[in-house]
Amino acid sequence: MKNIAKTGLLAATTALMASPLAAQDAPGIDERVNEVFANVTGPFVSAIFAPFPGTEFPWIVMWLVVAATIFTIYFGFVQFRYFKHAIQLVKGDYSDPDDAGEVSHFQALATALSGTVGLGNIAGVAVAVGIGGPGATFWMILAGLLGMASKFTECTLGVKYRNEYPDGTVSGGPMYYISKGFKELGIPGGGFLAILFSVFCILGALGGGNMFQANQAHAQISGIVGDYPGWITGIVFAGVVFAVIVGGIKSIANVTEKVVPFMGILYVGAALIILVVNYDMIGWAFGQIFAGAFTGLGVAGGFVGALIQGFKRAAFSNEAGVGSAAIAHSAVKTKEPITEGFVSLLEPLIDTVVICTMTALVIVISQQLIIDPETGNYVLNEAGNAISTVDGNSGVALTSAAFGSSISWFPYVLALAVVLFAFSTMISWSYYGLKAWTYLFGEGKGSELTFKIIFCVFIVIGAAASLGPVIDFSDAAIFAMAVVNIFCLYFLMKLVKVELFSYASRLQSGEIRKFAH
Amino acid sequence: MTAKIVIGLDGTDTGERALAFAKDLASKLDACELLAIYVIEWSPFTFQTAEENEQRHKRREEEIALATTRIVDPAVQALRDAGFNATGLVRHGDVAETLNRLAVENGGTQIIVGRASSDGFAKRIFGSSTQNLVMHADVPVTVVG
Repeated sequence: MKNIAKTGLLAATTALMASPLAAQDAPGIDERVNEVFANVTGPFVSAIFAPFPGTEFPWIVMWLVVAATIFTIYFGFVQFRYFKHAIQLVKGDYSDPDDAGEVSHFQALATALSGTVGLGNIAGVAVAVGIGGPGATFWMILAGLLGMASKFTECTLGVKYRNEYPDGTVSGGPMYYISKGFKELGIPGGGFLAILFSVFCILGALGGGNMFQANQAHAQISGIVGDYPGWITGIVFAGVVFAVIVGGIKSIANVTEKVVPFMGILYVGAALIILVVNYDMIGWAFGQIFAGAFTGLGVAGGFVGALIQGFKRAAFSNEAGVGSAAIAHSAVKTKEPITEGFVSLLEPLIDTVVICTMTALVIVISQQLIIDPETGNYVLNEAGNAISTVDGNSGVALTSAAFGSSISWFPYVLALAVVLFAFSTMISWSYYGLKAWTYLFGEGKGSELTFKIIFCVFIVIGAAASLGPVIDFSDAAIFAMAVVNIFCLYFLMKLVKVELFSYASRLQSGEIRKFAH
Repeated sequence: MTAKIVIGLDGTDTGERALAFAKDLASKLDACELLAIYVIEWSPFTFQTAEENEQRHKRREEEIALATTRIVDPAVQALRDAGFNATGLVRHGDVAETLNRLAVENGGTQIIVGRASSDGFAKRIFGSSTQNLVMHADVPVTVVG
């Protein structure tokens, strides 16, 4: 996901900008907004990000990782057993050629991925490795692999319980499977939980999926062209987003949807080039990752510190268990909801296990983190809370410096990528928010337009001001989605198991077979 | 054996010429069926927004309806008026692949298409649908200039 936690955000913002954004536009008002907002939302934010007593381990991270582990075991390591099948589904081996023209598995996966690949993969990983050391990568990969089972569960339900309207359009997501699934099982409270999820989803969409993105995009742009008022970026972004989601200017969205995957490929490609050039160091880097995972190699908090950072960033990056992907995946054309579950489990793999690991390897191999030559341990900064880096960078700036040390012009490409990723996340989350909004207030032009306008207004606010508490709150809202979603998944997972058994037996008997293409 | 001639329509003049050629050929054969196909170019490997995905089913129906009423139905009607046994199909997919598949599935004995109706840079690199069809078809293909 593109929400890096508050530390990452602050680090990246401070590193990239010469002066705080808040200073540019009526600081008095911003400060008052911050203060009032912080007071109102503070208890909620603290509750979501609260650590276990006596530790620094946020319970919400544990909530996501434990759920992923339970789903992994409950479905018998579905992410490994059906991995090959998932690839075959994406390739279209099992798609009926007469269904051509409908949404394919590939398209549903690509759409969901464009909502998750982004700042989390670039900035979040840098924060994880910068604080938790290379060892954080090991735990990140583990969390990514486990998260595949969470995605599988929620996306299968997303397709199974979506609404299909007479005109052929579809609406799906946790709010639909919570209310319908609970009803089917005869468990009360589904309606209330679906509403609660929708409320958090709207808040998360306006915050993490919007204001945070606008804010970081502005930070990137001003880091390159020099400081200028944030509301200008905000107005431009809001204008473009407005043109897409209200004006229906498909061409802009189409261009973005094509450029963003290209950027993703370029990013992984650049990382691979750096790895190939430094092939002799790959073994050493993995050595650092494994050694760091269990010893910490001198990082703050030791190996537990590495573990927390790794788990946290993986959860923040791939959104497994949050429920957002279930909304994106539900439009696929398939008679078998579980096939979309299989396809969706590739998402944390691509997002976390591949892309995040690439970022981590490049940072480690480019030796941006300072090692004490005598002990072999990492040197901590003056505050003692992160590893010292060559230029004192952290967050996006650290990733940028790591790539820049091998490919001098890459930071410019990276800046462009960040801006485009931010834009595509806004488009994705405007859709997630809209689905939650229409679930609450009904589908209709007026209702939809109201949400879309609110969404655009929040872009300007997000870019113009450094609203720390608002962003904390929106991050918290996204994770609150996971609290509701995972709680409900525990009740609903047996429905997925029925689907899995039925599908597995039909696949084995040959009833479900490949189409000749 | 009845000959079954598959005609690839593309909504342009070259498609019309293919149709005219097929008509001419069919009139010289004793027993002959004609199958007019319009393929809507579509790939399952494109990138779309969530909103486009949501609308996709509806759009597909609209695209099929439009192609049927504007292109395929008039062609089939014209063939029937001329006394031929003719049917029509509209499908999405890769034009060359889909034409070939439908020809094989429906027992087509040959495919008649117009020559490449588009010209330009993309064609130079990727080749045209006609080129692809000629190279990969499982039944004889006639290209009408």
